[in-house]
Amino acid sequence: MQTTEERDRHPLLAKLHIDGPLFLGLLALCVVSLFVIYSAGGENSRIMIAQSIRIGLSFAILFIVAQINPARYSSWAVLIYLFGVALLVAVLFVGVTGKGAQRWLDLGIARVQPSEVLKLAVPFMLAWYCARKELPIRTTHVIGGLILVMIPTFLIYKQPDLGTAILVATSGIFVLFLAGMSWRLITLGGFLAALSLPLLWIFALHDYQKQRVLTFLNPESDPLGAGYHIIQSKIAIGSGGVEGKGWLQGTQSQLEFLPERHTDFIFSVFSEEFGLIGVLGLLILYGFVITRSMLISIRAQSMFTRLMGGSITLTFFIYVLVNIGMVSGLLPVVGVPLPLISYGGTSMVTMMAGFGIIMAIATHRRLVVSN
Amino acid sequence: MIRKRVPIRNHQAEAQLFFRRAAFCLVVVCIVFLVLLGNLYRLQVTSHEEYQTRSNSNRIMVLPVAPNRGLIYDRNGRILAENIPVYSLEVIPEEVRNLDERLLEVTELLSLPLENIEQFNQQLRYSRRFPQIALADNLTEQQVAQFSVHQHRFPGFSVEARLQRNYPFGPLFTHSIGYVGRINEQDETRLEEAGLSANYAATRTMGKLGVERFYENLLHGEVGYQTVEVNNRGRVLRTLELNSPTPGQDIYLEVDAGLQQVAIEQLGDKRGAIVVLDTQTGGVLAMASTPTYDPNWFVGGISVAQYRSLLSNQDNPLINRATQGRYPPASTVKPLIGLLGLQEQIIEPETRVWDPGYFEIDGVDRRMRDWKDGGHGWVNLDRAITESCNTFYYHLSLQLGIDTLSDFMHQVGFGHRTGVDILEENAALMPTRGWKQARFGEPWFAGETLSVGIGQSYWTVTPLQLATTTQVLANRGSRGVPRFLRAVEEDAGLRRVVPQFETPIVVDSEEYWDAVQTAMEHVTSRVTGTAFRAFNDANYTAAGKTGTAQVVRLADEDDAERPETEDVEERFRDNATYIGYAPADTPEIVIAIAIENVGGGGSNAAPIAREVMDYYFEHLSVDGRPISAIADYVEPAEEPTDAND
Repeated sequence: MQTTEERDRHPLLAKLHIDGPLFLGLLALCVVSLFVIYSAGGENSRIMIAQSIRIGLSFAILFIVAQINPARYSSWAVLIYLFGVALLVAVLFVGVTGKGAQRWLDLGIARVQPSEVLKLAVPFMLAWYCARKELPIRTTHVIGGLILVMIPTFLIYKQPDLGTAILVATSGIFVLFLAGMSWRLITLGGFLAALSLPLLWIFALHDYQKQRVLTFLNPESDPLGAGYHIIQSKIAIGSGGVEGKGWLQGTQSQLEFLPERHTDFIFSVFSEEFGLIGVLGLLILYGFVITRSMLISIRAQSMFTRLMGGSITLTFFIYVLVNIGMVSGLLPVVGVPLPLISYGGTSMVTMMAGFGIIMAIATHRRLVVSN
Repeated sequence: MIRKRVPIRNHQAEAQLFFRRAAFCLVVVCIVFLVLLGNLYRLQVTSHEEYQTRSNSNRIMVLPVAPNRGLIYDRNGRILAENIPVYSLEVIPEEVRNLDERLLEVTELLSLPLENIEQFNQQLRYSRRFPQIALADNLTEQQVAQFSVHQHRFPGFSVEARLQRNYPFGPLFTHSIGYVGRINEQDETRLEEAGLSANYAATRTMGKLGVERFYENLLHGEVGYQTVEVNNRGRVLRTLELNSPTPGQDIYLEVDAGLQQVAIEQLGDKRGAIVVLDTQTGGVLAMASTPTYDPNWFVGGISVAQYRSLLSNQDNPLINRATQGRYPPASTVKPLIGLLGLQEQIIEPETRVWDPGYFEIDGVDRRMRDWKDGGHGWVNLDRAITESCNTFYYHLSLQLGIDTLSDFMHQVGFGHRTGVDILEENAALMPTRGWKQARFGEPWFAGETLSVGIGQSYWTVTPLQLATTTQVLANRGSRGVPRFLRAVEEDAGLRRVVPQFETPIVVDSEEYWDAVQTAMEHVTSRVTGTAFRAFNDANYTAAGKTGTAQVVRLADEDDAERPETEDVEERFRDNATYIGYAPADTPEIVIAIAIENVGGGGSNAAPIAREVMDYYFEHLSVDGRPISAIADYVEPAEEPTDAND
């Protein structure tokens, strides 16, 4: 009954369920990643090889995920969501502590970070939830949706992992937004959020999180302590100028003044070495990937896949925004990597799985059959 | 299957709703990207220069570079102080975790003495001028290689090649050349007060004693600067720009290493000092003080045990006996007192005095004895000096009185520093009536004048003072201020130091000089002369005067017998002194010797003077001058001669 068909796609790509332009965009980002990591890691080929392996693995997962008809997720959404929440609860009780937070589950062979699962499970769940409703979504349903979002968000926040909690929450809220949540509600929500900020400050934020915010507001107040990262990062970016210092020539990174060079602050390395021109190119590349993904989502055939694709796309954008905003001093420092470029495993795999879903949305099209 | 009826969904409308919302999001994405870009533009273009500067000040440091210390040569170009490359193991404590463990490990690895750790910890406690502390100096090639292999295990440890001061003659010149040592807090304060802190920014050692200390300004040089790139831990990665330091100036001293060697050997294991001066210039040809020690101990930082052994040594090796040792001059002052007697017209060259072997002052029931039992009989000035007759001088000094004596001797230079170019100098003491009153609250007694008349009582001198006053005798009134420095290496070439001359004494008649100089020559040339045996067969003429100073008063007027030298406990034996110059008619060198607790000067000091002078005339005397590879100073008046000559 259902056949795949795509007129404007290369037969091979169609067979592989790959969207060519999106694939090229992702590949380009990964190539950039390898170059910058080589430089940031002090020309250490070991780090570059590790990243290459990770990229390869991520693409493999992308391929696998792309083969699955996205309509199926619809029936899996609830299960995945419940499974993810269960894992989070497990983390609270039997999780492994690392870097001052309890984020990992030790499975014997490997440690997994259940919050990563939620980055996809929440959009699934919300997309499934909203797709069942008549759109634009009603206020009562929005509240139901928010509850679904808040449960895992709260659990992740408790670990504590503010960065991921925010990302998971936004990915769910994006679904609600795309599902047509009324503007009045959005305004009201924004208003309430602004009102609750002082309460959040007093009751919800840990000391180190408050410190981050304070440092963000005035990094020069503590140049050798908490403000050091952001100052050094801004010096790296600023000293890069228009043309940059050249690949492997960034003194801030090569001489190790810059912290977290190949992970969270990799954008600073990139800006220092490639300048404003490089930055412009990188943003265009990100913009291309986001636009392409969004277009695929718009052209998706069911509301469930649309909402899912849109949410994944916008979450990806949020990564870019938060990371660049943070290293350039516009946002407080939260541990969010620069998607597809920062060195690091789990988030990259999750991200690529997300793009696998978008590929699937683009390529698994059923012929419109009239009932 | 019929599903539960839901309101008819308008898929078209829902798709459009999604489209609108998605489009809205894309617009927001664009706006956000523009905001991000705008912020980056602000950082990278508008504020680029500011951040560029901050980036540079992050990575670029200006480090001072220590100048190489000037070398020290003797008068014939033999090197006395040099800089040799050494490998030292240095540690930046802040970069080391488990410091104590690592120190033990590395000490074991390189088989270093455990004492090094103790010293290291000691330095760690004090404020530091440099981030790194040396754990060991003078690593062998083997130790360096061994450390290199294991370097990765010792972050914060590194082997540095540095230039270290070395004194190839070891203990030979310790008291005159001195040594350099680590700059300590006091030095730092002094440098700061002198406004020299910047110039010493990279310098680790400075002159602490002797010539090294006195000519610190010449030897040190000017600090240089290098602009370097550093990483976030301050480790230097490469040099971007080097502003070379100006090395210190090389200096040439008047001393001759060979002569010094002989002087030190002659003193042997005795305690004493020898000073040999160039009569014409005041140049110090040799200055020996024993016991001595190795100055190289101090360069890298002397160990507590070593320093304690020097401090607690009863023989006081740390003092320079030639300039700080205070000895009674004894009979060596007789020529000068004789000269004073002639000048004051109390005696004439032929004035005779009867010596029964003792002297009595009227009204004092105490006899002053001559050293010769039974006395010398009729004695004139010449015999009084040649045979060192005390009784003659008792008469003479009593008539001169302490005031005249004291004034004259101060004028000659006793009781004053000579002004030699090392700082360790004692003025010793030429007593006066006023001094006694101030010191003891007592008037001066006539009996004390008698003692002063034979160079005893409160009168003390340094061997260097003896030498400079002997120079006055040799030069008939004038002398060159004693100087170590002979020449300084400058850009234009060697600059010879101009000797400074003084003429402390002018007498009314040359005959007075004749009388005294002839008598001094008789000391060595007449069979009755006290130094005759020592100079008997010398193939040059020498003038001199021996002295024997009592360390403690053993003799009383009724004690007929003086204890035999061997029987007296070593530390109570007499000090032997000697002054002299040679050749007697055209003096080239003067010598002064003081040796503690060895007995009489005639048999213990004079033979040493003979050996030193022999060496001089055999190896150094050329055309009536001490030979030097460094050209002699030429009087400016004679200098501008025609180049074509």
